[in-house]
Amino acid sequence: MTKPLRMRPIVLAKKLGMTQYFNQDGDAIPVTVMELAENIVTEIKNDLKHGYASVQLGANIKKEKHLNKPKLGNLKKKNLPNLGYLKEFRIKPEESEKYKVGEPLDPSSILVPQEYVDISGISIGKGFQGMVKLYQKKRGPKSHGSKSYRQPGSIGAHTYPGRVLPGKKMPSRMGNERVTARNLRVVEFDKEKNILLVRGAVPGVEGTLVEIKPSIKKWNP
Amino acid sequence: MHPKIVELSKQNQKKQIPNVQVGDTVKVTVRIKEGTKERSQNYEGTVIKIKGTGISKTFTVRKVFQGVGVERVFLLNSPKIEKVEVLRSGKVRRAKLYYLRERTGKSTKLKERMLSSQSTSEMPKEEVPEEGKLVEVK
Repeated sequence: MTKPLRMRPIVLAKKLGMTQYFNQDGDAIPVTVMELAENIVTEIKNDLKHGYASVQLGANIKKEKHLNKPKLGNLKKKNLPNLGYLKEFRIKPEESEKYKVGEPLDPSSILVPQEYVDISGISIGKGFQGMVKLYQKKRGPKSHGSKSYRQPGSIGAHTYPGRVLPGKKMPSRMGNERVTARNLRVVEFDKEKNILLVRGAVPGVEGTLVEIKPSIKKWNP
Repeated sequence: MHPKIVELSKQNQKKQIPNVQVGDTVKVTVRIKEGTKERSQNYEGTVIKIKGTGISKTFTVRKVFQGVGVERVFLLNSPKIEKVEVLRSGKVRRAKLYYLRERTGKSTKLKERMLSSQSTSEMPKEEVPEEGKLVEVK
């Protein structure tokens, strides 16, 4: 049995970096500072025409020369700015009236202080890494003339099967992949300054675009 | 660091940061929460380290309590710190006084810094009158 689809709205934001914040008790808490992106609704899809209902958001306004012609044409047709990044999220068909093309999304329903959010982004690339850092393998013995420093060890049996099984973990590139940090608490949202504070770390380098959704585990609207 | 973060952390910082220097003997008054009640507690010792910048700047205070060395790290900007009183400032030639950890008794004493150098920094600033304003000459 498949679970019913959980429809969660998305807000796009730019990660600025981390700092400390003193709460009312005087405790220092680590926070990530994010700046909300433009979040302009670019398209509303419906059941009749597209087969499903969703809202497409745009962010990251760029110069005209930095967008290709198909993207520019699509945005120009709807009289929208040169948005460099588009992201879609599913909605219930009856909710489509809440959104309007060309208008910014209201983030206040997602960014409620003291509530939890999930934040996804592209993690920092770590380059080609060995088994110890990548998969938390133990290193070899340090004494008795051992020369096994950070080696992967055995990668399989002998004549049977005579090959390395598919999916065997081996040293490879680490990071630079989509990661979701779950259950991060919203500390503060300043609507005027367009700044969001979230407790804890958020994936990605500073300046990267991240997606913010209500937490799948701890949010019950 | 992004200028918006710098601005944000400046709002969070104290207006008057206590002037603590390495080698000072200080008395730190800390607010402690016990259930619903709040009280303040004093902690006295030598500053052996100052670390960090901006809102995350900390200082470490070392003292010997019942024969056991105790080091406590305080955030300079923390609202939990009510007051930092400099009792004595010591003459030191190092930024981090880790060598005090290996010493006991009399050798942990630091020579006191000459007061004359301090008194100049505490001199009240001369008031500069605004242009076009008449000021009485003392």
